[in-house]
Amino acid sequence: MSNIPDDLMYTDSHEWVRDEGDNTATIGITDHAQDLLGDLVYVEMPDVGDNLDAGAEAGVLESVKAASDYYSPLSGEVIEVNEDLNDSPETINEQPYDAGWLYKIRMTDAGELDNLLNAEGYAAVVEADDH
Amino acid sequence: MPFIPHTEQEIRSMLDTIGVDSINQLFDEIPEELTRFSLDAVPEGMPEMDVANLMAQRAQQDAGAYSFIGAGAYDHHIPAAVWQIATRGEFYSAYTPYQAEASQGTLQLLYEFQSMMTELMAMDASNASLYDGASALGEAILMAVRATRKSKSRKILLPKTLHPAYRATANAIVKNQNIELIELPYDAGTGRVDMAALASYEGEDITAMVINQPNFFGVIEDSDALVNWAEANNALTIGVVNPLAMSILNPPGEWGEKGVDICCGEGQPLGIPLSSGGPYYGFLTCRQAYVRQMPGRIIGRTVDLDGKTGFSLTLQAREQHIRRSKATSNICTNQGLMVTASTIHMAMLGAEGLARAAAASHAKQADLEKALSEIDGVEVIFDSPFYNESVVRLPMPVSELINQVAEHNVLAGFDLSEHYPELGNALLVCSTEKQTEQAVAALLDAMQQVITQHTNSSAG
Amino acid sequence: MLIFEMSSAGRRAQAQSPAQMAALDDSPAGLLRKQTHKLPEVSEMQVVRHDTQLSQKNFSIDTNFYPLGSCTMKYNPRACNSLSMLPGLADRHPYAPESHSQGFMACMYDLQEMLKEVTGMKAVSLTPMAGAQGEFAGVAMIRAYHDQNKDTARTEILVPDAAHGTNPASAVMCGYKVKEIPTDAEGDLDVDKLREAVGPQTAGIMLTNSSTLGVFERRIQEIAAIVHEAGGLLYYDGANLNAILGKVRPGDMGFDVIHMNLHKTFSTPHGGGGPGAGPVGVSERLKPFLPIPMVTHEEGKYRWLTEKDCPQTIGRLSAFAGNAGILLRAYIYARLLGREGMTRVAEFSTLNANYMLKKMQEAGFVAAFAKRRATHEFIITLKRQAKELDVNAMDFAKRLLDYGVHAPTTYFPLLIPECFLIEPTESEAVDALDGFIEAMQKIQLEAEENPELVKSAPHTMPVRRLDDVRAARELDIRYTCNIN
Repeated sequence: MSNIPDDLMYTDSHEWVRDEGDNTATIGITDHAQDLLGDLVYVEMPDVGDNLDAGAEAGVLESVKAASDYYSPLSGEVIEVNEDLNDSPETINEQPYDAGWLYKIRMTDAGELDNLLNAEGYAAVVEADDH
Repeated sequence: MPFIPHTEQEIRSMLDTIGVDSINQLFDEIPEELTRFSLDAVPEGMPEMDVANLMAQRAQQDAGAYSFIGAGAYDHHIPAAVWQIATRGEFYSAYTPYQAEASQGTLQLLYEFQSMMTELMAMDASNASLYDGASALGEAILMAVRATRKSKSRKILLPKTLHPAYRATANAIVKNQNIELIELPYDAGTGRVDMAALASYEGEDITAMVINQPNFFGVIEDSDALVNWAEANNALTIGVVNPLAMSILNPPGEWGEKGVDICCGEGQPLGIPLSSGGPYYGFLTCRQAYVRQMPGRIIGRTVDLDGKTGFSLTLQAREQHIRRSKATSNICTNQGLMVTASTIHMAMLGAEGLARAAAASHAKQADLEKALSEIDGVEVIFDSPFYNESVVRLPMPVSELINQVAEHNVLAGFDLSEHYPELGNALLVCSTEKQTEQAVAALLDAMQQVITQHTNSSAG
Repeated sequence: MLIFEMSSAGRRAQAQSPAQMAALDDSPAGLLRKQTHKLPEVSEMQVVRHDTQLSQKNFSIDTNFYPLGSCTMKYNPRACNSLSMLPGLADRHPYAPESHSQGFMACMYDLQEMLKEVTGMKAVSLTPMAGAQGEFAGVAMIRAYHDQNKDTARTEILVPDAAHGTNPASAVMCGYKVKEIPTDAEGDLDVDKLREAVGPQTAGIMLTNSSTLGVFERRIQEIAAIVHEAGGLLYYDGANLNAILGKVRPGDMGFDVIHMNLHKTFSTPHGGGGPGAGPVGVSERLKPFLPIPMVTHEEGKYRWLTEKDCPQTIGRLSAFAGNAGILLRAYIYARLLGREGMTRVAEFSTLNANYMLKKMQEAGFVAAFAKRRATHEFIITLKRQAKELDVNAMDFAKRLLDYGVHAPTTYFPLLIPECFLIEPTESEAVDALDGFIEAMQKIQLEAEENPELVKSAPHTMPVRRLDDVRAARELDIRYTCNIN
């Protein structure tokens, strides 16, 4: 039974978004995603200053059995990345929604938030995935 | 039938179990029209005795000549123990170590190999080998393009003094990926990379520069100067080296201020027989920062459930069987058996043994070079420090000399005139520590005869 | 203990290097090595003992039944090794003049001809050094062909979703995009989906037949027609050639280019992970693009074909002529088998696989494609055990090691959950096959009565289950010598 906090927004490729209110957002991967990947061994993150388009590849999550790309839910400029993940990628497994955040972005189009799923919508995605 | 153990009775019984009348029935899913053909061009099978005779004959045909050919493959001494151990069934017929607990022998050996290569190259990390030196260079270039943070041009500087087959192979590997290989010319007097030509690329966006040590002519490059130029120009550096030479020459991890980023080359000089050019193995080493960009297999040390040390394949997520179309490379295999032999060889010789073999190779070449230059009409072309090969200019076409000297059962060297016509009648001659006085005498004698004959017939 | 840890300063294998260290004073000091590196300092006998002991920790074909699906772990005849290492062959330089190479070149030429015949192709190049390199060469030739026809809109290669990972990786290395075609429930490629997917953007399709699912691709002729009609070419991945050698030929099935894995089908040594050899064969239209060099026979002599003879070649894939020593081993194997022997390969590998399939089913294991014939291999799925007993395929695999059997291929192909891909090969006698079935039955019982025993297996190997996560997180990939 995976954890899906109500106060976040989601994509069907298993990223979550927290709207920080000041035109920036924090992004990470969901509990369901970290469970599928298994113990993470390495995280490749975008560089500060990179400009990402919504839907573009943002980085790679590497576990022992898989290396998965993750995608940017929003367009904008990367303003911060979670350096702690370089030494402790397992933080994503332990706390996917808090200390395990991946990067923060300054949005170029806040309207894109409307394209995201809410907790209920994402729960349906997870349910479909489990079959 | 050879190697098929089934008796008639066993076949009957197995077919009964399956519930069919004949083996042919097991192929009933295959459209019948596809099974009608004959294999006339495939000869009948032979007992081992007859195959042994055939192979002995064929081996005999090619045996017995004294050889002075180097050009990327070198005849060094290999202790008898090396291949006796490497061809033990447990090494020879083992598979890739995917079930690590049943492959600790191979895995530990590969870990020892990685450790030895990093020591020899003075680099941080090594993989467990690639197919050969030439394809390792191709992979190193792809790796540099992936790893660079400072360059977008995908332009690679490749010296003309690098083995022509390496340049051709690198090209075949990278050409469909929008990577440009730019040729760096050499100085006709020194046989080294032309620094003036290099200077013309200053300020340009270059992704990486390849440095060959020693180069194809056997000449030792000014590796410090080359690496420093690349550093100053924000280009990554890829060393391509003869690993045995690195036991006496400055290794790539210590070139320039900071050493190279990636270093690769051909492992054959370390315990692998000439064997008509293969199987050999390519090695690839790099700085710690680029470890995850390294293609091929990598062995890691870890612990088991009881905390006991063990070894397993690691960083597999980068490889084709998991990453598929986004893999660092399509490479599936390494050269397991060759690396096994090479590791045994390096342990057997040790640093001192390897250094002595390399030094003796150089010393014999120095003597040979002197003796060759004393033949009328033969001159040593490059005025530079060299390792175990030199280029001499002949007073006659190289291929003619090689073929005529071959009639004396001596193989004089490698013909450079095809790939480097600007050098004229240039022959690349090589010595190793195995070379004997009789061989040298035979070479000098044959060359003298052939050249004299040629001079006389041209004069007449 | 690592060999490094057995060092004692100054210890050496005295007999193995020149008696003196030659002076290097003609070389500028700046170019010479400043610091000695630290390789082990051990005696000759220590090396022999250490490496012999290491070998004894391995499973191998010579010591264990090794039914690794798709790897074809058949017996490696000893003669192949000793005869290919005869002096004259082992010490022949790759650049020896043709006058001193006729014996070697005769072997290569004969091998080219035999492989051509047995696969139904029009020409063969022996140079690719492994299956993956053969694949790269094959796709590169497809690209060269389309480029020559100025057919540059063809940007896609199709692969079945069950394909081996090297297929999409090779396609991408040649600059193509990859599109996957699904497999249907019976294990065949979904031909309707294929029809939808082809078009002017199709460069070709990469297929294995018999497929990675252990079954024959029954509609291969239809598939070939569809792809050819759309202007694409067909690539054959020869990983499973052992299932059809002498029975069906890729050339006759309509393939334009194939690669063979000599380290599978022609029994060259697996060597702990290589070397391999991946010769490629082509139809008439791809002949001009074959990688060089190749051997030709003219006026009673053997000669090398180079760039001059083959101006449209995709080029060289290695410095010399490929894995010559491996090619020799394959040649010797082919001469030992001969025409009839090769036909028997497919027959008996298929007999063994179908026998095992039947016995496994009788023992209660579930086959992935119960209604199909096995080819030289078949798949069983342990998903019921995983769900009901919490004992999965990996656990069974590790416990098999305690029974002296190397586990079959696990978790490939990716489409079948908790799978074992089992390939006995033709070398194994029925006793070995029965032994495997018995072991599986015992493990099944253990999984029901004492699951922890299976889940913490293996128990009798040099090490217990290894921490792969730690291996990747705390990367330790070299021994660091303490330099004093």
